[in-house]
Amino acid sequence: MAEQHNSYKIKVWRQANANAKGGFKNYKLDGVSTDMSFLEMIDMLNETLVRKGEDPISFDHDCREGICGACSMYINGHPHGMLEGVTTCQLHMRSFPNNTTITIEPWRAAAFPVIKDLTVNRSAFDRIIQSGGYVSVNTGNARDANEMPIPKEIADEAFEAAACIGCGACVAACKNASAMLFVSAKVSQLALLPQGKAEAQKRAENMVAQMDEEGFGSCTNTGACSAECPKLIGQEHIARLNREYLTAKAGSDFVK
Amino acid sequence: MNWIIRTLTSSVGKKVLMSLTGLFLVTFLIVHLIGNLQLLYPNVLSASEKFNVYAVFMTTFPLIKATSYLLYGSIILHALVALFLTLQNKKARPTAYAVNGNAEKSWASRNMGILGSILLFFIIMHMGQFWFQYHFGGNHPVMEIDGMTYKNLYALVATTFSVWWFSVLYLISMAAVGFHLWHGFQSGFQTLGLNHVKYTSLISLASKGLAVFFIVGFSSMPLAMMAQFGVSNNLDEAATKVMNKSIKEGVEWKMTDWSNLKPDTKWDKIVTTNAE
Repeated sequence: MAEQHNSYKIKVWRQANANAKGGFKNYKLDGVSTDMSFLEMIDMLNETLVRKGEDPISFDHDCREGICGACSMYINGHPHGMLEGVTTCQLHMRSFPNNTTITIEPWRAAAFPVIKDLTVNRSAFDRIIQSGGYVSVNTGNARDANEMPIPKEIADEAFEAAACIGCGACVAACKNASAMLFVSAKVSQLALLPQGKAEAQKRAENMVAQMDEEGFGSCTNTGACSAECPKLIGQEHIARLNREYLTAKAGSDFVK
Repeated sequence: MNWIIRTLTSSVGKKVLMSLTGLFLVTFLIVHLIGNLQLLYPNVLSASEKFNVYAVFMTTFPLIKATSYLLYGSIILHALVALFLTLQNKKARPTAYAVNGNAEKSWASRNMGILGSILLFFIIMHMGQFWFQYHFGGNHPVMEIDGMTYKNLYALVATTFSVWWFSVLYLISMAAVGFHLWHGFQSGFQTLGLNHVKYTSLISLASKGLAVFFIVGFSSMPLAMMAQFGVSNNLDEAATKVMNKSIKEGVEWKMTDWSNLKPDTKWDKIVTTNAE
């Protein structure tokens, strides 16, 4: 597709800080290359704001390669925009028709308070990981390839879960702001493999407890999270989390 | 014991309560529908006999009675936990989006709370009209079967369903049942962790099949009653139509106070109270 230069009306959430009252602000942006990524379009808009002496729009970004999970943005009703399996940084302006309005909002969740504009505080996810999303038992030295018998299907299933970049799109997409897809991916990737199995019960119990404490909503199995997940993590992981949690609660040695 | 309470009050635990009570209510609905299909016998006399004998069995057989208490408990628990979950979920998203993409897999999955509220309102109305009247109601028709007196619940159902505006309310509620289960049945399995490559598509299909089964099955009852006894504008008009047709088709008809009717009362012992 040949490069074109488009014009857009950008309707974006501006909020000076966590305690300020935010609101939408409209900007007109011309000469946007269809080859630009969405974040480059925001960079371009910010340059015009800086030149005018205005405060640039604050937003999270890091790798811009679709693998770090830093970028967020709820674009025209969808986290990371309307494309399937794509992060905001990998979304390009050719996906947006010329002369249209683009509405950009921050992730909306009580557990993800707005810090400024489109930047939200996602440290609730870090605290959930700290509550058990790791392996603390001694797993020895690096093994020779294929020393541990792990069927390809199981390795693939664990890898699918491990693809979670922790961006929080699942929370943003869910009508209940539930973090179940994130937690289920973290529980699954470890529960499926021998190194993670040793602590699987405690992990499921602690991570769900931390998730509840952070004030995320509960899962009503609407499937919105998987539909919007940039890594396309499926609903079967949420079922596995439910299974892991319930069997752990019923059978583990931790009375808590 | 505390760990049990903590488990059931966690986010996953509350969903498990929703799932278990919900799936139990589905099994009730299946029995309720199949049993009440007896209303559809085209002959008024045999339909009345069969349905009224069935009603006595359902309200006196100990196992069914015990299950019915579990049922009332499940309805209350399902509604209460749903209320808590809804309030909690609203709190988790204090600011709504200006533009919402609605990525949920079905309309029903997004509107379970509204559908459930319609159903709760319906259940209260439905129990007031039939269950309460059957157990504690006032002056209603009774009929003779093998020399004994039976509460003519068939006539009460026929009367209620012949009133067109009530039947419309009923049909709307049955649509709500269908949509509620379209999502709810398969969601219950997912909550329990029962997601499997071999079964999940079957469960999802069963969920939709049940939804259609309940909508068609339950809706057939008011439609059949209006076809049988004609469409009425109010209960008095309907009661007269049902009485006239029943007597014409050979139903022994008397009116008495249902709340005072002892079981095993002989038909000759019944003193008719004045018909309305």
